[in-house]
Amino acid sequence: MKIDTNARYRTSHEFARKEGAEIVVGISDHAQESLGDIVFVELPEVGKTLKQGEAFGVVESVKAASDLYMPLSGKVIAVNEALQGDPALVNRDCYGKGWMIRIAPTAPAEWDGLLDAAAYEKEAGKE
Amino acid sequence: MPFVANSDADRAAMLAAVGAASIEELFADIPAARRFPKLDLPEPLSELEALREAEAMAARNVTAATCAWFLGAGAYNHFIPSVVPALASRGEFLTAYTPYQPEVSQGTLQAIFEYQSMAAALLGMEVVNASHYDGATALAEAALMAYHNASGRARLLLPAALHPEYKDVVRTYFAAFPVQIEEYAGDPAKAALDDRVFALIAAYPEFEGELRDLSPAAEKAHAVGALFIIQADPIMCGFLKSPGELGADIVVAEGQSLGNPMNYGGPFLGMLGCTQKLVRKLPGRIVGEAKDHEGRKGFVLTLSAREQHIRREKAVSNICSNQGLVMLQACIYLAAMGKGGLKTVAELCWDKAHYAAELIGAIPGFRVENKEFFKEFRVATPIPAEEISERLSRRCVVPGLPLSRYYPERKNELLVCVTETCTRAQIELLAASLREVTQ
Amino acid sequence: MNLRPEPLVYELSSPGRTAVALPKSDVPAYSRPSALVRTELRLPELDELTVVRHFTRLSQKNFSIDTHFYPLGSCTMKYNPKVNEAAAANPGWTRTHPLVGEAFSQGALELIYRLQAMLAEIGGFEAVSLQPAAGAHGELAGVFMIRAYHLARGDAKRTKMLIPDSAHGTNPASCTMAGLETVTIPSNAEGGVDMEALKAALGDDVAGIMITNPNTLGLFERNIEEIARLVHEAGGLVYGDGANMNAVTGVFKPGEAGIDVMHFNLHKTFSTPHGGGGPGAGMVGAGKLLADFLPGPIAVKRGEAYALATPSKSIGRMKAFYGNFGVLVRAYVYVRMLGAAGLRRVAENAVLNANYLKARLEKAYPVKYPRRCMHEFVAMGNLAEGVHTLDVAKRLIDYGIHPPTIYFPLIVPEALMVEPTETEDKEALDEFAEAMLKIAEEARTNPVLLHNAPVTTPIGRLDEVAAARCPVLCYRG
Repeated sequence: MKIDTNARYRTSHEFARKEGAEIVVGISDHAQESLGDIVFVELPEVGKTLKQGEAFGVVESVKAASDLYMPLSGKVIAVNEALQGDPALVNRDCYGKGWMIRIAPTAPAEWDGLLDAAAYEKEAGKE
Repeated sequence: MPFVANSDADRAAMLAAVGAASIEELFADIPAARRFPKLDLPEPLSELEALREAEAMAARNVTAATCAWFLGAGAYNHFIPSVVPALASRGEFLTAYTPYQPEVSQGTLQAIFEYQSMAAALLGMEVVNASHYDGATALAEAALMAYHNASGRARLLLPAALHPEYKDVVRTYFAAFPVQIEEYAGDPAKAALDDRVFALIAAYPEFEGELRDLSPAAEKAHAVGALFIIQADPIMCGFLKSPGELGADIVVAEGQSLGNPMNYGGPFLGMLGCTQKLVRKLPGRIVGEAKDHEGRKGFVLTLSAREQHIRREKAVSNICSNQGLVMLQACIYLAAMGKGGLKTVAELCWDKAHYAAELIGAIPGFRVENKEFFKEFRVATPIPAEEISERLSRRCVVPGLPLSRYYPERKNELLVCVTETCTRAQIELLAASLREVTQ
Repeated sequence: MNLRPEPLVYELSSPGRTAVALPKSDVPAYSRPSALVRTELRLPELDELTVVRHFTRLSQKNFSIDTHFYPLGSCTMKYNPKVNEAAAANPGWTRTHPLVGEAFSQGALELIYRLQAMLAEIGGFEAVSLQPAAGAHGELAGVFMIRAYHLARGDAKRTKMLIPDSAHGTNPASCTMAGLETVTIPSNAEGGVDMEALKAALGDDVAGIMITNPNTLGLFERNIEEIARLVHEAGGLVYGDGANMNAVTGVFKPGEAGIDVMHFNLHKTFSTPHGGGGPGAGMVGAGKLLADFLPGPIAVKRGEAYALATPSKSIGRMKAFYGNFGVLVRAYVYVRMLGAAGLRRVAENAVLNANYLKARLEKAYPVKYPRRCMHEFVAMGNLAEGVHTLDVAKRLIDYGIHPPTIYFPLIVPEALMVEPTETEDKEALDEFAEAMLKIAEEARTNPVLLHNAPVTTPIGRLDEVAAARCPVLCYRG
């Protein structure tokens, strides 16, 4: 299991990473591996504001579908359009080219409540 | 015992292998007081007797096999070429299960793919699924699909002249959702659209026969961000513009007309299609092309992550079947008819219906109420239509649907349907009979 | 099986051909609405023999009950008697119309009325509606009825439905369509409902519970009456999913054990053909509390005449007209030929056949809940390192047998769900058992046979990932 040590995580396997004032969101390596080959990623419209823990999209493999949850509250300022043509980017490079959305956080303090890399690794290892 | 293979001797040998002293012991988990209750059913029949009993009951129905038939209203008496039932009744199609194992189901899967392809061409949609229970449930699911697609919108607009049973089914399916279902009269382009409407539904043609160009309505619906749903007659699409050409986002149709008998109302075929953009929201089974490791082309159930067996409570619908055989009959029908055959059938319906309307409109006291229609038209009658229907049906001319069946106050209206199966002589007999019982 | 590739109908098309000789028009031509006339219709053009060969060849690419053993768990792939087809093909049924009027369809109404009565007796119900078109459709009707019942009593707070974790996916999906929230109840160590978890979940916000009995593990829920009692005490109702009714016809009446509403799958238990996916029929039966809420119309008898009527508090119509009538004719003939003793014999042999196979296979294929089973059992197919249930299933195809249901129920890892049904004889069961045992041996000695399987079919395993990533859903030539 690969871990992005700069990112923080939800127990539902989304990661969040600070890039300036913005947050990049995707799913962890553990999540992409347990889902298997990803065939489709449904992402929200840019401009939508969602609360922490609200579903922002869905990721589908052939045999499974999982909702994607906001690690922090915020406004969606970009979505990864490349995933429409090539959802496998999530399998190949989940922390990089397989990112999903970029948000402007509306409650940045929520960051502190997320799991850090070490805690997430421990959590995911239990599964 | 019919249909049960093993003899008592087999059973004894198998019980020994299982390690049970008796058959009864196998049911020990069932509460003793509830085990082996008295079952009060009629005495069993032999095959010969069962067939005789069924035949005797069947003989008590009035049928299009022996009568001049002008009754439609959602179930249509179209011609079914002999190849359709002959091929669809093959045991390999009839007794196969849902094609979950594609290597041993390529026959069913390819047939579904061919149906999807031909239905999509006919209806002018980019995608058509493997079918729903019937036209009414397909419409209800289409409306639900539009509802879930547009969060926050809560108005659904239905034509007042939609099939009354379709309206009922839509209401049943929406029982749990905070949606305002409103009926509009006349032209859908004049319906009360605003940005709270998630879907505008139009019928092509309407239940009461009226045929309209729906493209202005499509534009109006899209202008407020609503989806435009057309419920169409698939035979009519054989020569008139497809719903897709008119601007529909979602199309539903009752596909019974395509190679399936009326069967007292079922099983029928719910055709449901949509634009590419909406495909991930489309309920129901879908077949797609795939390749195996050697590059051989095959077909497989796909986009399954929409469905209940994967997404459970978050599925787009609970449906987990399609109308397999009915869809197969439609598939064979479309293949056999082809573009020329279907166009001919549609044109025959048009001409014969218009001939019938001309004769009936000329009878004193009768008036045809439609401006434009396809194979079905509404007639104002000088005496109650139920009375006409009763008297003519007794002499084997089934004249149509008295609208009072659905709208008790509309006593003097008859919905007359004329398909390619009606001969000129039968049409003239209908007109003569109508004249006779009302003079 | 036909191994040769078969072109698509479009690829067989040749301009100007047709397979149907239609009559010439015998009436004048009337002018068409020129603005609406279509200019293009992309349908194929084929002659009749090409149509016949095409679909015949396609049929030969299927496994079916008529050609192969089909031990597909939870699907009840029993023999579909030919007499059903003969009876249903009568033009007295096929060529009559749902709106011809009660006076002119007495035969059809009588059949519906009689079948309603027979199914009510088999299930122990007060009344039955034959309107639902499939099992899932009947289930949806049942959940709507439970919702309507609570609302009719002014009890709007019951918004939760309890569902065991072994349930079919349709159960939670139906609840969502009826606006109810799903609460999952775990299974206990014996494969039944965890009673403590059930008690903890009950409250005045619970609309009811959905119970499949026998459940999808093929096990009879021993606590069924206690479950019903607890749920009723809490003000909820009990939905029975009758998917597995084939184990208990003539043996157990669900309506007598506290089930308030239930669907049967006529295409499983009552022998109507599956047709490659449908049409099914999903009658719904109800006890006293819910009978008035059934979907309508249903058939009633007034004096000597049969008529249609809608129950007083009906949830409304589930589809147009009165159900999948053609399917009902088949189920009617089946019940008439079996009678009470025959239906009990069906359940007995279905259960015996399953237990016999379980006894023959459980050493090689561990069964997670090794109790005596009903009509099916759930084994596990992870036979060796790197060998999965999917490989066992695919290898079975090479032995000329349709695979069991795999990876369901979700609570058993590597699940392999076997339901032989009562119509298979001992020889067919033995042949299947021997094939399974041989595959277990191959898994240890030559697993590549499993990984490469099937090799006897028109195509090998398909790349489902690529198919879903870039879906091709209709002909694009």
